[in-house]
Amino acid sequence: MAVIKKHLTTIVLFALLLVLAVWSLFIGVLDVELSGLLQGDREHLEVFLISRLPRLLAILCTGTGMSVAGLIMQQLCMNKFVSPTTGATISSAQFGILLALLFMPNSTLWGRAIFSFAFAVLGTWIFVWFIQRIQFKDVVMVPLVGIMFGNVIGGITNYLAYKYEMTQALSTWLVGHFSMVLRGRYEIVWLTVPLVALAFLFANHFNIVGMGKDFSQNLGVPYNFVLFLGLTIAAMITASVVVVVGSISYIGLIVPNLVAMFKGDKIRGTLIDTALFGALFVLVCDMVGRMVIFPYEMPIELIVGIIGSVLFVALLLYRLGHGRKAIRLSRKGGDVA
Amino acid sequence: MHVKNLTKRYDGKTVVNSVSFAIPKGKVISLIGPNGAGKSTVMGIISRLIARDGGTVDFEGSDIGKWKSRELSKRLAILTQTNNIQMKLTVRELVTFGRFPYSGGRTTAEDQEIIDRAISYMELGAFEDQFIDELSGGQRQRAYIAMVIAQDTEYVLLDEPTNNLDIYHATNMMKIVRRLCDELGKTVILVLHEINYAAFYSDYICAFKDGRIARFGTVKEVMTKENLSQVYGVDFEIMEIAGRPLSIYY
Repeated sequence: MAVIKKHLTTIVLFALLLVLAVWSLFIGVLDVELSGLLQGDREHLEVFLISRLPRLLAILCTGTGMSVAGLIMQQLCMNKFVSPTTGATISSAQFGILLALLFMPNSTLWGRAIFSFAFAVLGTWIFVWFIQRIQFKDVVMVPLVGIMFGNVIGGITNYLAYKYEMTQALSTWLVGHFSMVLRGRYEIVWLTVPLVALAFLFANHFNIVGMGKDFSQNLGVPYNFVLFLGLTIAAMITASVVVVVGSISYIGLIVPNLVAMFKGDKIRGTLIDTALFGALFVLVCDMVGRMVIFPYEMPIELIVGIIGSVLFVALLLYRLGHGRKAIRLSRKGGDVA
Repeated sequence: MHVKNLTKRYDGKTVVNSVSFAIPKGKVISLIGPNGAGKSTVMGIISRLIARDGGTVDFEGSDIGKWKSRELSKRLAILTQTNNIQMKLTVRELVTFGRFPYSGGRTTAEDQEIIDRAISYMELGAFEDQFIDELSGGQRQRAYIAMVIAQDTEYVLLDEPTNNLDIYHATNMMKIVRRLCDELGKTVILVLHEINYAAFYSDYICAFKDGRIARFGTVKEVMTKENLSQVYGVDFEIMEIAGRPLSIYY
């Protein structure tokens, strides 16, 4: 019983995700029915394997990856408002893709991915190096600087895209959507799985580094190494999502914050919930996007932007009213004080 | 621990100027002095948090820079000022970090036992599942000390442990420091601003002025009118209370 209670949120999230995931497989213009699949109907099976299943897997990887990347970045930068969006990671990844399109017009998806990886990592490193050089007194300054930095990179990207008439090609990566996810051209996003696993392995290291340089050195944890390892993981996760589905904002910001409000900041304790909740969030947004104007669909970035901004404002208002006090789901013995 | 000719410069300004001393084992040693005298910098250097520009720090037979950071963290713990950390960790999670140098992320049954003991030693049992940012300053400071106890080191270095605490909590903190030494046999080195806490609770006092050691000796040797007036530049009176030389400054 105790074990079930302790992992209650995880179990609920997992069950919810499972149900919605299966349901999502049967949403779409072409009818795919379970009976058809079971009878081995070729047409049904093909739609299922080429489009529906890849789409679901891409959604799960995106949700998991972006929220875990956000979690890592927030911990390492000691700032709750840092995320792939507010940390210039996404715009750097897009810049990388543009350069790949410019210099290697015949590049494969993998070629673009490598450019995108390299620039996402570099952009994030520069951003963090910058905010560490200038110690901001106000926590809000850090994401503001990140947004500015991201916009500068985005500006350069747009300028180059205009100049070389690439805006059309680039738009695929600027607004995130899952409608282009098909078998054979989305598999890069699977990279998030080993990267998230790696993040889980180093969870305690990230926590300790998040407590500050002195604190980590006291415990014998190499601060700079872990910092750059963590940022690299976060940037690579982000880049592998951007290459396949494009930019999806807010998830890396909101999901880790919401989970931390209930479960605290110990990464080992929150990583799985953050990943599950992130996947659930993106899946729900995608299903909404697919059903609102059925049989057409809206890009995920739009839905996430609407729901995300409302949640973000709610989060800010809650923070203003309650400070950083945690929400307790179950009252424990510790509430004596 | 032996320190020889320690030197540190910031932007051409010498903040620590050929400081040499030896730390007596199993004692409480307080570093005192006016602001900018270099005491916190010396503390940072002997705990490998700050790089030095010259001199040697000999720790258990080899230079502190030659030690593997992880091995060193089983022998020497340093707690710097903690009130700016905004992390939602429970007391128990924080104390568990103290076992990190030994077991990494996977704590053993023995680690859990050590953590339990550290928590009850600091009387934090009732708060162990609370988040540290929701505790009072005194409780939070105790949680950090519990982590240091779990770290199970011979040397404990504390940078201004009474900072931002009221008289009640600050005095309790000093009593804890005494217990770390007397009951757990640790060598405790602390930076203090309150001279009388240093006089009442430590065995040795090291007084800094202008990056140099002005006086280093037992409490009785250092706590004299002349020494303190020279170090702080104000008038002092020394009174004997409870067998301890305490000071009044005006």
